[in-house]
Amino acid sequence: MIAFGQFLEVLVSGLLAGVLYSLVALGFVLIFKASGVFNFAQGAMVLLAGLALVRSLDFMVAKGLPFWAAIIIALLFAALIMAITAWLVERFVLGPLINQDGLTLFMSTIGVTFMIEGGAQMLFGSDVYPLRLFPSDAWFLFESSFPGGILVSKIDVWGGMIAAVLVVGLALFFQKTKTGRALRAVADDHAAAQSVGISLNWIWFIVWLVAGLVALVAATVWGTKLGVQFSITFLALKALPVLIIGGFTSVPGAIVGGLIIGAGEKIAEAYLGPFIGGGIEYWFAYVLALVVLMARPQGLFGERIIERI
Amino acid sequence: MSSVAAAASTLPKKSLLSVNNIEVIYNSVILVLKGVSLDVPAGGIVALLGANGAGKSTTLKAISNLLRAERGDVTKGAILFEDKEVQNLSPNELVRRGCIQVMEGRHCFGHLTIEENLMTGAFTRTDGKAAVMRDLELVYGYFPKLKQRRDSQAGYTSGGEQQMCAVGRALMSRPKMILLDEPSMGLAPQIVEEIFEIVKHLNEKEQVSFLLAEQNTNMALRYARYGYILENGRVVMDGDAKSLSENEDVKEFYLGISDGRRKSFREGKHYRRRKRWLA
Repeated sequence: MIAFGQFLEVLVSGLLAGVLYSLVALGFVLIFKASGVFNFAQGAMVLLAGLALVRSLDFMVAKGLPFWAAIIIALLFAALIMAITAWLVERFVLGPLINQDGLTLFMSTIGVTFMIEGGAQMLFGSDVYPLRLFPSDAWFLFESSFPGGILVSKIDVWGGMIAAVLVVGLALFFQKTKTGRALRAVADDHAAAQSVGISLNWIWFIVWLVAGLVALVAATVWGTKLGVQFSITFLALKALPVLIIGGFTSVPGAIVGGLIIGAGEKIAEAYLGPFIGGGIEYWFAYVLALVVLMARPQGLFGERIIERI
Repeated sequence: MSSVAAAASTLPKKSLLSVNNIEVIYNSVILVLKGVSLDVPAGGIVALLGANGAGKSTTLKAISNLLRAERGDVTKGAILFEDKEVQNLSPNELVRRGCIQVMEGRHCFGHLTIEENLMTGAFTRTDGKAAVMRDLELVYGYFPKLKQRRDSQAGYTSGGEQQMCAVGRALMSRPKMILLDEPSMGLAPQIVEEIFEIVKHLNEKEQVSFLLAEQNTNMALRYARYGYILENGRVVMDGDAKSLSENEDVKEFYLGISDGRRKSFREGKHYRRRKRWLA
């Protein structure tokens, strides 16, 4: 019974950690879907959103505002920062590069990454800032069936619920609204979208704004878990295997990919780790991604590449 | 609507679109159009004819302002739509004013369903959902095949269906004028005929004017009322569709009909070089 209890605990914590990877991967998917741009800057955007949030929150709490009011204002402030970022990126990077090759756009987002990282730390500081939005203690479940029970951290559960709401919201936005349809149209064919009167500049602003808001949500959860700090940008690297497994164009794929990676690496660490000396967590995801790449290059949920012969 | 159209048709030659001597340069070095002028009267169908690389597509893109995305620029001349200069407007502003392009090669959104494709055409409209849905039914009326396939992804439909989808999508913007680029490309003659019939109906019943770039000279001159012939970025000839299709040179070079005295390919080239058409 102890073994099964331990397995469940590892599985649950892995799945919940995976949801947090998904939150970062989601931002990638949104921008890739709508503009065909692989946005390397997504990790930096999480850092920017987190810093804007935690610094403005601390500032207002220090000024004596009640905590709930400070949270709301800080969230709005961070959202505003993300909107400004979206506007700047569209205006000065993507706008001038309209109709350029995908690789060119990708390179430009690497540049954007460094700009955002530098700018964020210049404006908001570069220390580790603790963020306390969600309870960070844990529950012990099923104490009657397993000795010691199963430890489930509350923050991970919060993260899972937030991700679920986000995915449903995004799915509705993409499938049901006029702007969502235009986003998908732009993703398929820039030139044709322009020809029917869809303004690419407007759509790209919207996409980067939505990705920025997703980054903000990811920042609230990750920031509470780890503290807001520079190493958050490395999350972007963990999102890569998630994307490869889930598919670059699929919102549900990002979620499922995250779950697979999260659970996979925790289980591998717990059960294979003792035999090969541990540290599996750091590379397991990439190996998994390689295997998927060989079997199914578009990812598990990626859009089939429609090619007329 | 019909009274306006009647008034328009009684006024002789009120031009909806006029292009005055435009020059287009790609990448700031490649001169593609060297002075093209043309006129599309309200309610007209005008054909723009010429061989590959003559500048037909470039002319249409210059009008719809899609040129800038390909690093092309109108460096001289003026383009007037409803008597207002439009060469500095964004493509979406032009669509809003009623001038929309159907691009060469159809360019449907492959992963969207046919119906979603049609709905993207209504992106610039602000007259409410009910009006858009009415127009969707209208488009399905013209293209019953699209209605059957409304839930299929456009990428999986046939070439003819995609061309219909592209025209229907343009129609959803309630245009006054459609710039139709090479609608016959890669389609079976029967489908081409069907599409041209629909163009004719749209022109008669919805009062949509057309500027039609075509290599299929025979078909284009049967449906257009007026035609321009482009060669090397210049208009080398223009006239009524009837007079063009009876012109010996047009017959020779674009319709493949000769006066009986059969020429070899070399002779044709020679003849063509010697003779200069002046616009």
